[in-house]
Amino acid sequence: MAEDYKGYRGKALSTLKNFGAQVWSDVEIETTKGNYKGIILPRSETADQFHIVIKMPIGYNIGVAAENVTDIKIRGRKEAHYKIPEKDFPRDPSKPNVKLLGTGGTIASRLDYRTGAVIPAFSPGELYGSVPELATFCNLDTEKLYGVFSENMGPEQWVGTAEAIGREIEKGIDGIVIGHGTDTMHHTAAILSFMVQDSPIPIVMVGSQRSSDRPSSDAALNLMHSVKTAADSDIAEVMVCMFGPTSDYYGLLHRGTRVRKMHSSYRSTFRTIGDIPIAKVSREEITPLRQDYKRRRKDRNVTINTAFEEKVSIVYYYPNMMPDIIDSLIDNDYKGIVIAGTGLGHVNKPLYPSLKRAHEKGIAIYMTVQTLWGFVQMYVYDTGRDMMELGVIPAANMLPEVAYMKLCWALGQSNDPQKVKEIMLTPIAGEITEREPSNGYLIYQGGLPEVEEFIAKYVK
Amino acid sequence: MKDFLFKPFEEMTEKDYETIGFKSGLEIHQQLLTDKKLFCRCPAGRYSTKYHAEILRHMRPTLSELGEYDGTALMEFKTKKDIIYRINRDTVCTYEMDDTPPFLINDDALDIALQCGLLFDCSIVDELHIARKQYLDGSIPTGFQRTAIFALDGKIPYKNRTIDIVQMSIEEDSCREVSDQGHTRVYVTDRLGMPLIETVTGPNMRTPFEVAEVAEICANIVRSTNKVRRGTGSAREDVNVSVEGGTRIEIKGVPKINRIPLLTYYEAMRQWNLLRLREELHKRGITKDTFQASSEDITKIVKKAHYLPVRNAIEQGLKIKCVVLKGFAGLLNWQTQTDTYFSKEISDRVRVIACLTTIPNIIHSDSRGDNLLSAEWQNIKRSVNGTDSDTLVIVWGNEQDTDMAVKEIIIRAKEATIGVPSETRQALRDGTNGFERILPGADRMYPDTDLPPTRITDERINKLKEDLPEKIWISNEWYIKLGIPEDTINDLAISKFNKLFKFLLSELKIDPTLAAVVLIQFPKRLEKMKFDTSLITVEMMKEIFRAYKDGLLTRDGIFIAMQKSITKGKFYSELLPKPVTSKELEVIISKSEEEISAMRLFDPDKRKEILLGHTMNKVRMTVEGQIVKEKIFNKS
Repeated sequence: MAEDYKGYRGKALSTLKNFGAQVWSDVEIETTKGNYKGIILPRSETADQFHIVIKMPIGYNIGVAAENVTDIKIRGRKEAHYKIPEKDFPRDPSKPNVKLLGTGGTIASRLDYRTGAVIPAFSPGELYGSVPELATFCNLDTEKLYGVFSENMGPEQWVGTAEAIGREIEKGIDGIVIGHGTDTMHHTAAILSFMVQDSPIPIVMVGSQRSSDRPSSDAALNLMHSVKTAADSDIAEVMVCMFGPTSDYYGLLHRGTRVRKMHSSYRSTFRTIGDIPIAKVSREEITPLRQDYKRRRKDRNVTINTAFEEKVSIVYYYPNMMPDIIDSLIDNDYKGIVIAGTGLGHVNKPLYPSLKRAHEKGIAIYMTVQTLWGFVQMYVYDTGRDMMELGVIPAANMLPEVAYMKLCWALGQSNDPQKVKEIMLTPIAGEITEREPSNGYLIYQGGLPEVEEFIAKYVK
Repeated sequence: MKDFLFKPFEEMTEKDYETIGFKSGLEIHQQLLTDKKLFCRCPAGRYSTKYHAEILRHMRPTLSELGEYDGTALMEFKTKKDIIYRINRDTVCTYEMDDTPPFLINDDALDIALQCGLLFDCSIVDELHIARKQYLDGSIPTGFQRTAIFALDGKIPYKNRTIDIVQMSIEEDSCREVSDQGHTRVYVTDRLGMPLIETVTGPNMRTPFEVAEVAEICANIVRSTNKVRRGTGSAREDVNVSVEGGTRIEIKGVPKINRIPLLTYYEAMRQWNLLRLREELHKRGITKDTFQASSEDITKIVKKAHYLPVRNAIEQGLKIKCVVLKGFAGLLNWQTQTDTYFSKEISDRVRVIACLTTIPNIIHSDSRGDNLLSAEWQNIKRSVNGTDSDTLVIVWGNEQDTDMAVKEIIIRAKEATIGVPSETRQALRDGTNGFERILPGADRMYPDTDLPPTRITDERINKLKEDLPEKIWISNEWYIKLGIPEDTINDLAISKFNKLFKFLLSELKIDPTLAAVVLIQFPKRLEKMKFDTSLITVEMMKEIFRAYKDGLLTRDGIFIAMQKSITKGKFYSELLPKPVTSKELEVIISKSEEEISAMRLFDPDKRKEILLGHTMNKVRMTVEGQIVKEKIFNKS
């Protein structure tokens, strides 16, 4: 019944029921303002209850006020079958085998009438139907692990994904691609970098900033780049593969622990912070930008460690922060706190007593910087020294989200502060680097003649 | 099929157009006069080809809301173009680049659109739904145009009938194409995102001249709001044409209304001649079921050819391919338009879809021009098993492009057995037209998931109605009745002073002719004198007429007051000279007489007339000429 009048409520629902006009009916609606022909579409649940949506024969939709409707004549029915044409993905024994694990996101998507937004849908056949170029790189299999928006990813999905990766490696796959929503892709990339250790094969996370129901979507090209990387590259690490420039040009392979989404909507939103990306990837080739990455191996040895403590928080410090923020974490039995402090890693004095109390209660407290670029350095000012006295541990140049993920993982393994500290401060997957190269921080300032010259010269 | 041969343009009669079943409708695009663009806050109407950056995109077809692919989209995908956008940071932001989601629709633009809808007697939709209309040619970086229907079922009176207004939509304007060579197409983005409305008429026009007339009427109706842009490129017409048995063909982007008659005539001719071609094919026993064609790589066979394009292709290591169209002998020379033949239909497809953009891109065995030698043609014919009743079409380029070209040549030739293929066509300078793309259908529509539906309330409509100008067919009738000069009627209807005119007559009781002359002809005179008449405001004119009404200004004085107001930016009553009393006037006249007596006059008999002119120069603003004349001529 709910499907028959999908999304309609109140006045619009009663009007449709009154005339027995269900969703997908091909109708002629008579109103006090005029007559309309078209197909009744489902209505988004968030839209109001006063209008009936019809698709007119020319393809446009309009909303008709239910209160003006005097008659609805049903002429027929045309239900949408939104189906990407499926074609069997071709198999070629000489090509590497790649597994695409789906968690959600807009890499492959279709319209969802419930929310009016797009929902994911994919299978090898659908993917081949819409991006046939994929067959030139590999034999592709897919498995839909989850279908969640990236903001709804959590420990269950992280653990499940890590385990799925372990299974695939064991089965002998040559590369793994993980489809993921972009909002929290860098969180997942970080935790997978810790949970999956010494992978013999590339693990490539990919998404899209423009959903694949748009002609200029970045989904197809991102997918090609990520599949190319999984199939051909010798980089056996957890990586994020997304657009380098905003143009349909090349992708960048970012190390899973140093990458961050830096723009709410740009295609080229992912950036390696405090370092340079591992490589550039196009449909034709993978060009390493550095050599210190872990190489692909023939063996199938991998360590999957899915330890995870959920009672960890990240506190984004702001001036005038009150101690009750910390107190509430203590009182709610949190086991770890990552602070994103100002400058070199600072918070105000009024927090000190609370931090001391947290430390005494055995809560692990780590300091990162909200500037994102640069190291925590708590010796430079008294504030920093004072805080270390209180038990706050500087987390070098770990990004705040990465430190958060690592602390969840570390506390999942041990309650011993010393052991946790050892895990936290020993780099495992590039989350802490020994040095920041001078080209690791490049936010060019627009408006300067030399920068404008650069922009004009190279494809953006 | 009716036995009718097209006559030259000038000789075609209404009866002739009736015979061929000529039908035409319009899609009129009109930019709206807003400060900002439709879905972002970039300034609208600033044109510049200067750019600071370039971005590159490719377009892929996607499914429509009902789960189908659109034919045009698939065609554009076949072309595999690199699309380059030139970005000027002063006129384009990350929205137009498709790197930021849309902002809510520009309400000013929507208000203007709704007013236009009301002027066309349309019913306004209750709830506006923004759709994405796919354009894979790259003319919009997103690959779709955001567009929404806001009005339906309008009508306007024309001759003794009505023209239907089928629908009106509000949409964002597209990029301007800079070049399209091979696999690279370049666009400049300054126009992108500007608000415009598209008004679609029914296919109610019966001759090419009617089409132009209706276009003019529709243009005047929206101009009467004074909230639409004027000038080159601000209004563009798509013209739909069909003949009996033909197909609705859309001629895109006609920039000037006076080009419409010839364009529609030529399109009707093309369709008629394609239908005659079909008849000829059927006579030869070639139908879509019996149609036969084959193709072969003939690179080796023509490797010694001297014909330059083929010679160059061979030297560059390109492929030469030959299509055999069975039973088509002579038909590539079938005339479609004046000086245009069926071979052009094929060459156009090869150019657009296979991206072989250097012309000539094909040669064929029906041609008598200088290309291959007849011995070479014979040689090819033998090797591809052709006969004298076949036509051979030769194309050259890289492997991929020639493969595509061969497919398209066969597709287009086969379509000739069916009739007139659905296409959009571009208007060419000489009045003929060329293939642009396959006509898109309803399958390219997709709901815009980025923006919510917008309710259009009755309060909003009622408020907009209050500020509506009179419908031009009503005001024009009134103007005629008032007897204002004929050459001011149309201009007044679309002038920014059209509401003021009504006010002047009803409130200030100004003479209609005076008001029309002042509001329409005076600005034109001032323009000729290089005054910026856009600085004349409604308020300014209202003040000037008040001063006239109060006897502070003469008719001639109005003109001078307008000049001064433009220079000062406002009308000040202090700008006016003090009123001249009868006594003062006599003094001025005596002074003028003295001045004149100091001059030597060529024609002493005209002394009084000269004195009148001389005096008027001093008192033009404040004293009516008649009074001065009486004083001078009645004096002695």
